[in-house]
Amino acid sequence: MSSPVFPSLWRPLWRHNYLPRGVLQLPESTVLELKNITKSYFGVTVLKGINLSVKPGEIHAIVGENGAGKSTLMNLIFGMPVIHETGGFEGDILMDGQPVKISSPRQAMELGIGMVHQEFMLIPGFTITENIKLNREITKPNLASKVLGSGLETLDFPAMRKDSRQALEKLGLAIDESTFVSRLPVGYMQFVEIAREIDKKNARLIVFDEPTAVLAESEADQLIAAMKRLAEQGIAILFITHRLDEVMACSDTISILRDGELVKTLTRNETSVGEIAELMVGRKLERSPLPGRATEPSDEDLILELKDFRVEMPGERVRGLNLKVRRGEILGIGGLAGQGKVGIANGVMGLYPASGHVIKDGVELRLNDPKAALEAKMAFVSEDRRGVGLLLDESIAVNIVLTSIETQNKFLRWTILPGVRLLDQKAVHDYTLKIIKDLDIRCTGPNQPVRRLSGGNQQKVCLARAFSLHPEILWVSEPTRGIDIGAKQLVLDLLVQFNRKYGMTIIMTSSELNELRRICDRIALVYKGKVAGILKPDASDRDFGLMIAGKQLAKEVG
Amino acid sequence: MTAPKITPQTLPDKTTEKTPQGSHLDRILGEMSVPIFFALLCFIGIIAADLSPRFLVNEIITRLARNSFLVLSLIIPVIAGLGLNFGIVIGAMSGQAALIIITHLGIGGLPGFLLAALISVPFSVTLGWLTGQVLNRAKGREMVTGYILGFFANGLYQLVFLVLVGTLIPMNNPKLMLSSGIGLRNTIDLIAVNRALDNALFNSVKLGAFKVPWATFLVIGLLCLFTSYFTKTKLGQQMRAVGQDMHIAEVSGINVNRTRLIAIIISTVLGAWGQLIYLQNIGTFNTYNSHEQVGMFSIAALLIGGASISKATIWNALLGVLLFHTLFVVSPLAGQRILGIPQVGEYFRSFLAYGIIAVSLALHAWQSRKKVESKDKG
Ligand SMILES: Nc1ncnc2c1ncn2[C@@H]1O[C@H](COP(=O)(O)OP(=O)(O)OP(=O)(O)O)[C@@H](O)[C@H]1O
Ligand SMILES: [Mg+2]
Repeated sequence: MSSPVFPSLWRPLWRHNYLPRGVLQLPESTVLELKNITKSYFGVTVLKGINLSVKPGEIHAIVGENGAGKSTLMNLIFGMPVIHETGGFEGDILMDGQPVKISSPRQAMELGIGMVHQEFMLIPGFTITENIKLNREITKPNLASKVLGSGLETLDFPAMRKDSRQALEKLGLAIDESTFVSRLPVGYMQFVEIAREIDKKNARLIVFDEPTAVLAESEADQLIAAMKRLAEQGIAILFITHRLDEVMACSDTISILRDGELVKTLTRNETSVGEIAELMVGRKLERSPLPGRATEPSDEDLILELKDFRVEMPGERVRGLNLKVRRGEILGIGGLAGQGKVGIANGVMGLYPASGHVIKDGVELRLNDPKAALEAKMAFVSEDRRGVGLLLDESIAVNIVLTSIETQNKFLRWTILPGVRLLDQKAVHDYTLKIIKDLDIRCTGPNQPVRRLSGGNQQKVCLARAFSLHPEILWVSEPTRGIDIGAKQLVLDLLVQFNRKYGMTIIMTSSELNELRRICDRIALVYKGKVAGILKPDASDRDFGLMIAGKQLAKEVG
Repeated sequence: MTAPKITPQTLPDKTTEKTPQGSHLDRILGEMSVPIFFALLCFIGIIAADLSPRFLVNEIITRLARNSFLVLSLIIPVIAGLGLNFGIVIGAMSGQAALIIITHLGIGGLPGFLLAALISVPFSVTLGWLTGQVLNRAKGREMVTGYILGFFANGLYQLVFLVLVGTLIPMNNPKLMLSSGIGLRNTIDLIAVNRALDNALFNSVKLGAFKVPWATFLVIGLLCLFTSYFTKTKLGQQMRAVGQDMHIAEVSGINVNRTRLIAIIISTVLGAWGQLIYLQNIGTFNTYNSHEQVGMFSIAALLIGGASISKATIWNALLGVLLFHTLFVVSPLAGQRILGIPQVGEYFRSFLAYGIIAVSLALHAWQSRKKVESKDKG
């Protein structure tokens, strides 16, 4: 049983836990071995003496706080340019026991390593097929190519489409493979990236850097199922996530990184979510109860009303939704993926074509005009945040305050010249320092370029930017996506704090029901583009379950 | 192994899908607004100039044949994300060097022309390679760099043909050279290859009353075919990928620098041939100036045809040549008629060429900024 002669015969049983765990073992050989890997960026050591090995068919999860060094380690395995442009690394990478040199993604791919990156690696102006087959196009020779080389072979689109179709089908994705990627909802893009990796016939090891961060729960389940199928075929998988239940659901082995060090490698059945969390953060996590308010929000005082609201967002259509938002509340918007919950904020903020009525403080909002939405004192943290909307080469400070300066003239001081206002450097600096501390953004200081932050910390910068607008209504979509569990608590606490202290109305869209139930006053559940009903956070699981599935309840709450 | 399907209602259904930018028609109108504007200008110019239709058509046929190849040579670098290749000036110089050589050797007619095309290849490949090397070190600033490189190359060109010829490079040809025996004359007569290509095929076949340079149009047609074929090859696909996103291309294992290098080399070679076609039609050339405005005018034509820094098609090129050169023909007379000053037309041309380039650069900068901002509603 130690070597996977007929992997498909015995692996599935093992994967689905039909047999007691102890019976089954992974093969002895290793696909990949890292020995004593050390890497520094500009004098800061971000990985210290990492040792790690992965076996064929193993799902190896890597967890750790934002900035712990997970992506750096993966980039190093994949030969990403960023590693070599910053002076390379020390230590050895072995494949099948042989030392290898991986100095470019091309070499990594030749060795059978694939990677789904934390930030998107798809070309928006290309179709799904073109992206899946990027640089691995199927070609037909012709006269010119025979004389001038294979670069001039013509692309065989029918064959490429067929392959792509197959890869997509393996993932259970029913979508037209000639759709342009720019038209896809975020969750789909992730699947396209995975389809690309699956389509590589020589794949031996696939690195997934936070593939589920942009996915709704149901989509994430599907992705994990796909990963398991890959592992069954003997492909080794390195899997990074901040959702520990996912780790428990699929991994064989779990490595925990903290501040660039590998603290511990565990097997799944000898550990628990609690232990992993503690090892990651290095301290115990505690929850504080929600603070109260002087006056509770009520239907008497509405800040926003949506009437017959429709949004044309592909995959997340809103179809004639009605919703009343009370001044000063935290309203949750939940529901399954594809039911339209994501479309609401995007429509109100003018990012997707919308129709119907949005009334803020009794005044009808001009739709399809992002500027009007900002001027109505609303701000939005989009669910689509990976590497989006940030000026990567600018400093943290600039990124945080730029929108405030542009739309609200904040952080400016008057000069002796009439009408001339200059940037108040000190105010910006002080403010950024404070928010960096509040959100625990791991960085060297306000002046560090955002490009040099880890993915999760970049997302915190997005949040900080929205907070600093001090909007009357803050729309946040998936605020804790891609953020580690310690910081997650910080972000949720901060939302509550802004709500209580400044009376900011917060409308939070999330696919994590737990998160909604933790801080919201009311939770609206969206089904088929409409509000199926509104529940109090303490309603029973059964009520939530029914309403998410679109069933009307006898008595509605809230 | 059946996978649970993602629910069909989450699919973006193609039929009803609208992009945020608005309907299809709006988009086309938006993209074509520049050509439409210039078509109107042409129309006004034609009416104001009141030229005989015969003269006008004849002029336009000549100019289409003369300039299309040069403008088409700009398309591939745009696809590869290098922007508008001001470096084609360097290609033009290679073409001229080849012409000087065959004139010196005294080989004329179509063989002479073909020989010049052949001789220009090593020059333009080498120079294109050098240009590409420089541009690869100046990513994101290709256009300015290419422009400056053009000046630099011009200096070298003058050094070679004004100073080195007759000194370091032994050459003795009183017809071509200055009386001092050093350096070339200012103008070189290309009697030997004059219209060598234009008249190579079906010389006696006329289209109604008009004489048509059939062979030249055939060559232009071939280049169009080549360009559209090329975009469907593996190399072409790599160039498109590099043009869209260098980083992603690199991560997908594409050798970005090499791809860009090839794009520039192809464009430089085509530029050299384009200049040959241009000069064989004119029949004489200014040794030290003929190449200078090639880049500017070709780029302006392409932009007027509706291309942008990041998108150019064969149709943009052909339409652009048609519009730009129609304006070229009618503007002096139109200026004369409307304002009584023929020079106005002259100014207008330069103004047009530089103006359209400036406007489209500004527009591009503005659009890419808007793109960042629209994602940036934090
Ligand atoms: N290009 C870069 N230049 C300089 N420093 C960098 C760069 N990329 C990352 N870092 C630093 O390296 C450290 C590790 O970052 P890394 O991206 O590996 O974290 P991570 O574990 O993937 O975090 P997250 O969960 O937020 O994605 C961080 O302190 C980060 O600031
Ligand atoms: Mg990361």
